[in-house]
Amino acid sequence: MALWTLFGLASGKATTSWPREAGKDGQDGVLGMPRYNPDACQEGCEECAAVCPTQAIEAREGALAVDYGRCIVCQLCTEVCPTGAMESSADWAFGVRDRTDLVWSDSGARNPVASHADRRPFRRSLHIRHVDAGSCNGCESELQALNNPYYNLHRLGIFFTPSPRFADLLLVTGPVTSAMYEPLKAAYDAMPEPRWVMAVGTCAVSGGIAGGNYACGHGLEGILPVDLYLPGCPPNPAAIMEALLMFLDRAPQRVKGGQIGG
Amino acid sequence: MIGAQIKRLTHEQLQEAAKMLQTSGGRMQFAYAWSPTGREPEVRYVTSNSKQADFEIWIVSDARELPSLAPTLPLLSWYEREMMDLQGVQFTGHPEPYPLILRPNDSTHINGSGDGSHPPSNGRPHLPDIDASDVQQLPFGPVRADVLESAEFTFFYVGEHIIHYQPRLFFKHRGMEMCFEGADPRRATVVAERVSAVGSLGHALAYCGAIEAAAGCEVPVRAKALRVLLAELERLYNHLHYLGHLCHTTTLKVGEAQGKLLEETAKQLNARLTGSRFLRNVLAPGGLRRDLDPGRWLGDALENLREEFVAYVNRLENSESHLDRLMTTGLLPEKIAFDQGATGPIERASGLDRDLRRDHPYALYADLPLTVPTLKDGDAYARERVRIAEVEAAFVLCQRILLLLESGPIHADCVPPPLSEGLGWAEGPRGSLFYAVHVGADGRLARVKIKSPSFSNWRAFPFTVHDTNMMDYAINEASFGLTMAGCDR
Repeated sequence: MALWTLFGLASGKATTSWPREAGKDGQDGVLGMPRYNPDACQEGCEECAAVCPTQAIEAREGALAVDYGRCIVCQLCTEVCPTGAMESSADWAFGVRDRTDLVWSDSGARNPVASHADRRPFRRSLHIRHVDAGSCNGCESELQALNNPYYNLHRLGIFFTPSPRFADLLLVTGPVTSAMYEPLKAAYDAMPEPRWVMAVGTCAVSGGIAGGNYACGHGLEGILPVDLYLPGCPPNPAAIMEALLMFLDRAPQRVKGGQIGG
Repeated sequence: MIGAQIKRLTHEQLQEAAKMLQTSGGRMQFAYAWSPTGREPEVRYVTSNSKQADFEIWIVSDARELPSLAPTLPLLSWYEREMMDLQGVQFTGHPEPYPLILRPNDSTHINGSGDGSHPPSNGRPHLPDIDASDVQQLPFGPVRADVLESAEFTFFYVGEHIIHYQPRLFFKHRGMEMCFEGADPRRATVVAERVSAVGSLGHALAYCGAIEAAAGCEVPVRAKALRVLLAELERLYNHLHYLGHLCHTTTLKVGEAQGKLLEETAKQLNARLTGSRFLRNVLAPGGLRRDLDPGRWLGDALENLREEFVAYVNRLENSESHLDRLMTTGLLPEKIAFDQGATGPIERASGLDRDLRRDHPYALYADLPLTVPTLKDGDAYARERVRIAEVEAAFVLCQRILLLLESGPIHADCVPPPLSEGLGWAEGPRGSLFYAVHVGADGRLARVKIKSPSFSNWRAFPFTVHDTNMMDYAINEASFGLTMAGCDR
């Protein structure tokens, strides 16, 4: 229709230049994982651990054990902390290859992550099959946003595909409900080798708020081998894009030992 | 109880009360069961009529077995089936006595409780017997093409013609109501916000309303005003997404791109205001968790968005290929909408003039110029136009709030006493949302019932699919704007 064609031409490009060049990632003001400052932590105070709805923070022998793979970004800990040891931050890009990198560790820096030669042929063309294994639809809303004109995921050579038979990566959201267990396994089994699995959202990483109750498992734990973890509630579109590029060795992994740039 | 009157009924009085409600034109809102400690389960029916602002709650005690009210009030059918599945209450004379949430042979032992090793297996759904060789059966889902929520649909069809349609939902049942049990009522808003992300604010609002009713606490004016602002921002981004997605199904590509771009703009405004693109982590019983500063920038940004929206709608209204696919598609007659309990823009597009914001005002809605658009046509086009009018109304409400917002406290102490109960509600983008909460003797939550709009609208939707054609299905489904997470919980 001429009307829309003219409108489209007149509007020009709406897509952000991020991440290829410095540009807006569209996440101004978005709160990310709370930042843990152990030096500020008061001994004997366990307020944050008591208030955390998903046991992402546990008090152990006078210190805190913080697992960002369980964090639902609810910010409750930052509100009860009297000393700023748990502090609001904009650290939302939490994609990692190794689950242990989501657990806060003193040393932070670990051995450099090995590059993945077997993924090289997929660097410029990755096909994803998404399976919703019981999410709250937040992750779906952000995955759908990836194809809006602002993020325009296609430009990076990354596509969603209808059939698992064409897919390289299985992207799973939700804590895996008992009713979705079989369909999820069937989708994975239908994928050709080589195949990879990505857990998107805290539910898929560790179960989230409903994890472990009568209807849900603990995300993909013990169900499928996971190659890429991205906690968040939900992870925003820029975080998903960055994690996918990191998976393809086109961007560095920024989080190590639960710390960005650590 | 604040906002509701209690009426105790015996098993025998129940059917009479249902008939009275039906003849008086009153509405059954929802029903649920719970077990007070040490007692038999109790079934509660929440009803309303147009003459009073308070809801009326019918309580039936010792409710192991009750007569089904679904023959009189068909919308109760799913609530009764849910109680049969999850709380073990029996309903005699139920017209559809099949499991709803769990299926026969379903196992819910994904965590390997007990014997541990066996994986969960899915039971078979109840499907009608159709014994005709030219009728084909098409199962579709639960993993569907594109990035969509999980659900399975079975079509019985001949050629292009759909004879019967049966959705099989509840693949995403997460036991969310149980997640509240034992939680501190002051903190459990974060659970309500994770029932359905695109309805986070509405869920938080209804949950907080229920706790505030139980505690009898008064929310400060600034918090009430900001709650309206947030609720209307939620309506905005949802309806903008809806328009983009509807264009996707009518293959209006640039219309889809523009609708989704406007949605993205709205979500980015949400993040700038609250830190969350889904308006999460802001509300708490008693008010807000922290103050928000809309400053001048939000009003300006919303005005820019409104101008783009008006131009967008003008183009949609001049796109014949789009309108042709919507008009007369997916007809929902007023009577079916009422009987099956359709809610929100769906019922308002079918001639039912109901809106909780106006009929049972909460937050600051009683003091605001609220328009409730309704249409009589009941087709996909009417559902689109009602939503467009709601977006326009939302812009007006937001600007009004920004104009009258005064500084002041944003939180009042709100601790519900032990053994208290409360009812809260909100008119979300998809329709009416209710939370019923019961606080235990230890001051922690003992039972929380969630009535989500999609649970109601999924009940009505299949009536618009039977006896239509395949070509219209995707458009019709998009025109309802349903979620699975809210329905399945």
